[in-house]
Amino acid sequence: MYVSVKGGEKAIRAAHRLLADRRRGDRAVPEVAVDQIREQLSLAVDRVMNEGSLYDRDLAALAIKQARGDLIEAAFLVRAYRTTLPRFGHSRPLDTAAMGVERRISATYKDLPGGQILGPTFDYTHRLIDFTLMVDGETPLPTRDETVEAGPAMPRVIDLLAQEGLIEAEPQAEAGVEPGDLTRTPLRVPAARDLRLQQLARGDEGFLLALGYSTQRGYGSTHPFAGEIRIGEVEVEFEVPELGFAVPLGAVTLSECQMINQFAGSAEIEPSFTRGYGLAFGQVERKVMAMALVDRALRSEELGGEATHPAQDQEFVLAHADNVQATGFVEHLKLPHYVDFQAELALVRQMRREHAAARAARRTTSDDVYEEAAQ
Amino acid sequence: MTAPIKPAEGYAFAYLDEQTKRMIRRALFKAVAIPGHQVPFAARDMPMPYGWGTGGIQVTAAILGPADVLKVIDQGADDTTNAVSIRAFFQKTAGVAVTTRTGEATVIQTRHRIPEEPLKAGQTLVYQVPIPEPLRFLEPRETETRVMHALADYGLMHVKLYEDIATHGHIAKTYAYPVKVEGRYVMDPSPIPKFDNPKLHMSPALQLFGAGREKRIYALPPFTRVESLDFEDHPFERTRFEAPCALCGATDSYLDEVVIDDRGGRMFVCSDTDHCETRREQGHRGALLGETPNQEARP
Repeated sequence: MYVSVKGGEKAIRAAHRLLADRRRGDRAVPEVAVDQIREQLSLAVDRVMNEGSLYDRDLAALAIKQARGDLIEAAFLVRAYRTTLPRFGHSRPLDTAAMGVERRISATYKDLPGGQILGPTFDYTHRLIDFTLMVDGETPLPTRDETVEAGPAMPRVIDLLAQEGLIEAEPQAEAGVEPGDLTRTPLRVPAARDLRLQQLARGDEGFLLALGYSTQRGYGSTHPFAGEIRIGEVEVEFEVPELGFAVPLGAVTLSECQMINQFAGSAEIEPSFTRGYGLAFGQVERKVMAMALVDRALRSEELGGEATHPAQDQEFVLAHADNVQATGFVEHLKLPHYVDFQAELALVRQMRREHAAARAARRTTSDDVYEEAAQ
Repeated sequence: MTAPIKPAEGYAFAYLDEQTKRMIRRALFKAVAIPGHQVPFAARDMPMPYGWGTGGIQVTAAILGPADVLKVIDQGADDTTNAVSIRAFFQKTAGVAVTTRTGEATVIQTRHRIPEEPLKAGQTLVYQVPIPEPLRFLEPRETETRVMHALADYGLMHVKLYEDIATHGHIAKTYAYPVKVEGRYVMDPSPIPKFDNPKLHMSPALQLFGAGREKRIYALPPFTRVESLDFEDHPFERTRFEAPCALCGATDSYLDEVVIDDRGGRMFVCSDTDHCETRREQGHRGALLGETPNQEARP
């Protein structure tokens, strides 16, 4: 009897036991707690909340633990949980101008109302491995100042430009039109900007980073300036139909990037700056900057240009941004394909037979010709 | 058959919430009404990865009832890991009875095969579909292919098949072989071997196709005309095998090639495990089991 190549329930159970063992690692090392991940690996938590499309720090931290630190796997766990949740509606538009700002910088103005605030950034650190973190786990910590001061008003940089009419008007949603949701309605291209931004916000950070980068290297240049990046808490309000007014649901931490892009104008539109927009959960500066570049690149046709480069191509970008989908389809190649492969085996064998026969026939013919010539 | 069990608590019957099921059923109705036409649907993220059959799973979840008997196969077999996993998922979330017997099942979810035993009226075959668009590898853009379907403009496909004949002398497509449904829509039958294509035609069973990642559903209602694309002078040919199944001696089934040693040894066995076991129970035996009565055979 041949040894079956087909697995079974026993094999799956054994694999899951082994997975649980490897997740735990050396038992002599203390187990990592979910709140430790939430507090100390908070940027990983932010990434999982975005790609998992769910604002829940505890759940994202738990998913990271369960996924052994594989962030795409963690986002997948969060997505699979999210899919079981009912959708009540959508919040009122968030007012990021009223953000409780922790970080706010502009690359287009040296100083501006509210000032430049660096916040908790890696930007000016020297990337030297800090061995004190390894030796006794802690560096001397600053004492926390828990007093909250109302900072100065911080108008959005883009609004300053808009006052002068130098940048395109902010697009306004038509009254009564619900924002789209591609997790509830299948995405059709061409897709409106709300849906495009939704897909980018859920999209893989690495994919967006590479696409945004490609626009900087000549594949669909958008001549960008980082008009403003701000990170902080924004209150979420929900309009309850039964009450007839909006109630606050709580606050979420957001990163927002407003890219300002050069635009020479077209026959119809006068020259002005144009907008590229990025917004996502948590402190995810790289993500929202890349998102803003890609958002602007995707508007190329709308602004009278052509969509000739990958970052400008809606179908290409929107279809491939989702890493949960991408990893699923790439990795499904490890599922058995032997039925199809069997069919291909038979075809290759047949084609090789025919090829050999044809070559033999040619050789015979050319021998004949050679003999005739010799005679 | 394994009897129904109590479904897992905390989730809706068969995992999906009722709103989602309603949305999928609407898409299914439309798909049945327009055979072969791809209907967009708002596929959900599922607890299995994309590419593992999320489309088929959603369709199954939407049509499954407590009285159903479910069979799940992958590559024709009930014991492949992914089939085991999907079957366990529905046992856990829906508590339905499951079976490996084709004849006993009311719903059969499949990846890459159609069972050898002819399906009957009242049965539903749910296919897992990776790329629902038969024109996708000829034209990558959905905006273009949608128009081509709308206009029934399938010239590109015929040119591709003609080029195969011009280059190879025959159509070089062995699985996911395109079909025309009721003389109208060209449809991808999912990556079943073309050996299975004739079974699509005039089947008494309802055939549903779900593509989760690509968010499309399509269907073949019972007794639908399904023709594999071909030319008058190059008619469609079903794959034939040179040897019978080594275990049950079947000459009319699709065979898996199994490598038995590192010296080029091969054997061919039925890909449909239920078909093969049933035949052996009936006393059929192939070369490998020899002439001695099969120990496993029932009296």
